[in-house]
Amino acid sequence: MLGRLQEDFRAWLVSGEDQAAAPFGAGAEAGLAVYLNNYRTQLLNCLKISFPVVRSRMGEDAFRETAIAHIDRRPPRSWTLDAYAEDFPATLTMLHPDNPDLHELIWIEQSLADAFVGPDAEPLALEALGAADWETVRLVFAPTLVSRPATTNAAAVWTALRQDESPPEAEMLSEPAGLIVWRRGLDAFIEQIDAAEYQALQAIVRHGSFTALCAAMVEREGEEKGVALAATLLSGWLRRGLVVGLSE
Amino acid sequence: MSNKNPRFSGFGLGLRREHYRDFLESQVPVDFIEVISENFMVAGGRPRHVLRQVRERHPVALHGVSMSVGSASGVDRDYLLRLKALADEIEPLFVSDHVSWSRTGGFTAHDLLPVPYTEEALDVVCANVSRAQDVLKRPMLLENPSSYLTFGSSTMSEWEFIGEMARRTGCDLLLDINNIYVSGANHGFDPLAFLDGIPLDRVRQIHLAGHSQGRDLLIDTHDTPVRDEVWDLYARAVARLGPVATMIERDGNIPPLSELLDELFVARRLSADSHAVLAEAV
Repeated sequence: MLGRLQEDFRAWLVSGEDQAAAPFGAGAEAGLAVYLNNYRTQLLNCLKISFPVVRSRMGEDAFRETAIAHIDRRPPRSWTLDAYAEDFPATLTMLHPDNPDLHELIWIEQSLADAFVGPDAEPLALEALGAADWETVRLVFAPTLVSRPATTNAAAVWTALRQDESPPEAEMLSEPAGLIVWRRGLDAFIEQIDAAEYQALQAIVRHGSFTALCAAMVEREGEEKGVALAATLLSGWLRRGLVVGLSE
Repeated sequence: MSNKNPRFSGFGLGLRREHYRDFLESQVPVDFIEVISENFMVAGGRPRHVLRQVRERHPVALHGVSMSVGSASGVDRDYLLRLKALADEIEPLFVSDHVSWSRTGGFTAHDLLPVPYTEEALDVVCANVSRAQDVLKRPMLLENPSSYLTFGSSTMSEWEFIGEMARRTGCDLLLDINNIYVSGANHGFDPLAFLDGIPLDRVRQIHLAGHSQGRDLLIDTHDTPVRDEVWDLYARAVARLGPVATMIERDGNIPPLSELLDELFVARRLSADSHAVLAEAV
């Protein structure tokens, strides 16, 4: 009986249709309306709070329309309301398939939110490098580090909107690039990186070997330039706190 | 599960993002802090950092909204393990949640939905509370929710249901005075009958909050100051209970911390006054 009642309640909240209210009998309308309003308002507010920059970029009406469509098609499943935001980028992409700038903007916003509460890790201290055996050592990257290809100027748009500045017009990048998001200390960061660094980072996060990275750079750029490029990349990753450890 | 919840009679506030700086940079005159457990059941980052710092200054009560002890499909094991990990780190004053449900199958409503007050629901709630207490290895506090719906299948009152739950599971109670008032107004019962009907010796904490008048029903909005009628009911409750931990919940239209501290002062005064009357009577 209780399980059936709870399934009836779910059907009411998800559909809000008169026939779904029938099992609760006459006189339940006012109460059911309160719970339905709470349910939809809670989810709408969750999406609004989770994506303020995307909301600002889309405009209130377009964002609300997309959010309502998401609420209609994806009832929440997780015990944490924060998780409800995770599937919203897929709905936005489905409803706005020709807006790659929005796809990248919402990826940035979602990734920063994830990094904000992701696992803690201290950046690797430079002194630790002295004892490393570079033939065998592998770099361990921040657990919050995520990346994706960049095709638009979404990073510049995001930065401007976060700083309450007038954002640039959305435009495609003239060259392929990458986006990275990570947290250092308590602050999460977004950065657009060039294609060479993006590819190198993708490869080393996957296999961890600095020696393999050097070999790849040497093969592409030649001995002297390749080693120097690998060293420059490593220096940049350390400076930004992307590297949090070494392993054999 | 062998330990007991402490008898703690201080006055506290909820930790809300708007007041993080106040709590981190000054000595706020509260006896304890209550946090929404789920906001801190994350891997790391600023939320856990803030909570650790606040914990260094104040006792902390963990108050959950997602355990769903009324779910016919049981409580979520992953949820319980995460809550236990947080509790093990924070060593909270209390761990609490609501006599309600939010999850059925793979669906979560993210609201405190009402249970019918039936023997079947009582069995479900008691089994879920017992399981939670076994995992957490501590007795919980369960709170009476505000509700907007009753069920024709109910065979007992809310206070009879809650009292029997406490008796069977050994859990303690978090008495939400505003919720008693709101549900009483919505469903036509006397709030004093509620107070008379629950096992007062199991009450370890009190919640106070504001409510609003909806189109047909009173709504537990937590976005206004505590209303006079709720203060009156609080005074009657503490006159029966004696000293008990009391906190004010505010989740919307959040004012400067000083305004909440002023409200908390009212609670301190009413509590002291009622104890003085009690002492005179003795």
